[in-house]
Amino acid sequence: MTIEAPPRTTAATPPPASGRSAGRRVLGTLLHWWRRLTAMRTAIILLFLLALAAVPGSLLPQRSLSKNNVTTYFTDHPTLAPILDRLYLFDVFSSPWFAAVYLLLFISLIGCVLPRALEHARALRAAPPRAPRHLLRLPDSGRLTTPLDGAAALDVVEEELRVRRYRVVRRESALSTSSGPGAYGSELSAEKGYLKETGNLLFHLSLIALLLGLAGGKLWGYEGSILVTEGQGFCNSFQQYDTYSSGPLVRGADLTPLCINLQDFRATYEPNLTASSFTAKITYGGPGQAGTDATIGVNDPLRVDGDRVYVTGHGFSPTFSVTLPDGTKFTDVSVPFLPTEQKTMSSEGALKLPDLGAGKDKQLAIQGLFAPTGLVQNKILTSVDPRPLAPEVAIFVYQGYLGLDSGIPQSVYSLDPGAISRGQLTKIGAANLTPGQSMTLADGTKIGFTGFKEFAALQFSHDPGEYWVLGAAISLLAGLLGMLLLRRERVFARVEPDEGSGGTVLTVATLTRGSGESGPRFAALTKDLDAALGARASKPEGSARDD
Amino acid sequence: MTIDPTLAALSDHLFSISVALYSLAVVAFCAQLAFGRRPADAREPELVAAGAAGRAVPPTAPAMVPESARSRRWGQIAVAVAVLGALTHAGVLVTRGLAADRLPWGNMYEFATAMVLVATVSFLIFAVRMPAVRHLGAFVMGPVVVALVLIGLFLYAEAGPLVAALRSYWLAVHVTSAILGFGIFFVSGIASGAYLLRSRHDARLAAGQGRGDGVLSRLPSAATLDRVAHRTAVFGFPIWTFAVIAGAIWAESAWGRFWGWDPKETWAFIAWVVYAAYLHARTTAGWRGRAAAWVNVTGLVVMVFNLLYVNMVSTGLHSYAGLPK
Repeated sequence: MTIEAPPRTTAATPPPASGRSAGRRVLGTLLHWWRRLTAMRTAIILLFLLALAAVPGSLLPQRSLSKNNVTTYFTDHPTLAPILDRLYLFDVFSSPWFAAVYLLLFISLIGCVLPRALEHARALRAAPPRAPRHLLRLPDSGRLTTPLDGAAALDVVEEELRVRRYRVVRRESALSTSSGPGAYGSELSAEKGYLKETGNLLFHLSLIALLLGLAGGKLWGYEGSILVTEGQGFCNSFQQYDTYSSGPLVRGADLTPLCINLQDFRATYEPNLTASSFTAKITYGGPGQAGTDATIGVNDPLRVDGDRVYVTGHGFSPTFSVTLPDGTKFTDVSVPFLPTEQKTMSSEGALKLPDLGAGKDKQLAIQGLFAPTGLVQNKILTSVDPRPLAPEVAIFVYQGYLGLDSGIPQSVYSLDPGAISRGQLTKIGAANLTPGQSMTLADGTKIGFTGFKEFAALQFSHDPGEYWVLGAAISLLAGLLGMLLLRRERVFARVEPDEGSGGTVLTVATLTRGSGESGPRFAALTKDLDAALGARASKPEGSARDD
Repeated sequence: MTIDPTLAALSDHLFSISVALYSLAVVAFCAQLAFGRRPADAREPELVAAGAAGRAVPPTAPAMVPESARSRRWGQIAVAVAVLGALTHAGVLVTRGLAADRLPWGNMYEFATAMVLVATVSFLIFAVRMPAVRHLGAFVMGPVVVALVLIGLFLYAEAGPLVAALRSYWLAVHVTSAILGFGIFFVSGIASGAYLLRSRHDARLAAGQGRGDGVLSRLPSAATLDRVAHRTAVFGFPIWTFAVIAGAIWAESAWGRFWGWDPKETWAFIAWVVYAAYLHARTTAGWRGRAAAWVNVTGLVVMVFNLLYVNMVSTGLHSYAGLPK
């Protein structure tokens, strides 16, 4: 009789008898493997496999984190990368082998926890088990002698234990046949700390709930990112996003109808140029509705009905004016330049102008660098401050065929270097400009730098599993605390007549599962019992009866 | 938010003083080991690794070992000096926090310094309450001194303001619990490492090899070390779990998702799984004892790797080390 966990060892099933039917043999084999899978040893090995399986996900670039890094890895390791890719090593956390490990682990967990939950439900209603035959063999045990008779001594023990919130049961000892029932040889079993096992079960069941919540979020969740310049906006639809990802069960029609307009973006800095805050003033609302104002920023997203909108980055869009030789003027043309260095917000980008009306091979493009606070040394422009104190651009103007209608996808933020090297685009001018300055090309086209706008990188996220996961995480933690910090204790006591003095010998033993040292607590318990027995024995016989 | 240069300088001085005091404590702990010669028959009762029949321990708690008066005095001096060191060590963080007017764990230097303080304090709590554990002093405080020197040399960052992403009350919740968990696991890992040394030593003695009066035989008994390792891990595991959950909640507000397998998240998860394996292994037949201790040591290696490699080599969202790249 122990309070150890139900055995999770690989208990070998008895070899099938020769006369068994094939069906029973299959059943036996299945049972055998089920026991193997749900054994604790298997669970530990699966835990290790899970830890090990996660390692490549942090050492190799992952598509889920950065597609660019994966592309770079492919160019750097042209022979190795395809092999790794076939092993799903760039998508570790959505790979079949990673799923296999955690699913096996969860099956093993369910196979262990469900029987334990049934067992525990039974134990909650059942009386504490019988005292073991040899109490003195338990880890903490001892003997006390008292002049009281056996029943009175057990009364004292029972009272002391009930005060300590034990569940107590008294039985006639199975060992007492010689002395006759009732007189001596009675025994007592007590137990407390059922919440420990409850916590254990809660912890493991919460893990399952957590996994289900994660899976739900992956199936029905989506997110999209977009760069929005001040004064512009977007509506929640996959066509509008620069990049998006969505779960397999998301349909375009399910997307929340919500539109966001960016009114104003502001970044503030400490004296040492550490960024101290990014705030975006936005209005949001359904399509065609008057918007509601809100301010969002780092650590402070917009939350509307389970959808969230985040500011994930920011930058500058320089604005240009282009005046053709015939006097046609395009004002306020601009495009986001992506920051290449967060500390100084030095940014690069390309403005493509395919529709100037001069023919397909006379398209213009401006590629360049924007410095919010520019410093020119040896004709090279660098940025020295992330704040737009003295904005300046260094631009190269190209002319030729941009290839935007060729069907080959190209980056919005840079010119196709192949087109430049093939001679499709030729450089026809270069200049460093401050706001208000302009340059004139050989054909008389004037390009002016008129200023800049700020843009914010916004992210729209929808994850229906989020609250489910949060709830599971909280109950997981509660279960863990109960499981690790509570103690499950059983106390057994048996009385026998003391041959020498005519009194009673009381044998007490405890079994503990859980934290801390059981020795000192057992010593304290026996000390209290001894004192209580002494107090009862010293009372006159009559008054003890009157209690 | 301006930086008070006087307080920042005071913090740096206190750092040096702490390293000096801890070094003195290591010397005193070594002296305790050196003078700790005790008669072979007075060694602590050997607790056989728990078998199916439960612990084979006499009903009384393991008796305190009589150790020589000189050794005990060195142990007391060592603990006293280490406590003094822990006070100045706490002063490092307090003055830095006051200098920058914020919680003093905004970069890797501050995080690691606070983590080592937690490790020291949790060891000292054991050392004060269980004198047998003081024999582990040199093995804990030695690594502490080495860690602090390396932190001072390679991770140092000037006191400064927090980057925007860290300006959230979740810094107090998430980072504090991560520091606590890490510091406690640090002691746990060292106790398991010492357990591995001690139990191998015991096995060799039992096989008639080796000498019974070396430094290893003056370590706390294998059973005590195992118990210290387990108790600290049991204490640290819920804290670490909480740190991960709090981190996920913060990430949901800061980065747009609660979990994204960022390198730091991945390694925090790996550490969590390894410690879960340790807690299971310690109660599973065939894994108890040395195998479980190895798992715990692996856990500490993962934690250190997560701190150093992920902050300094890999690129991810947890880029708050404040180190020049």
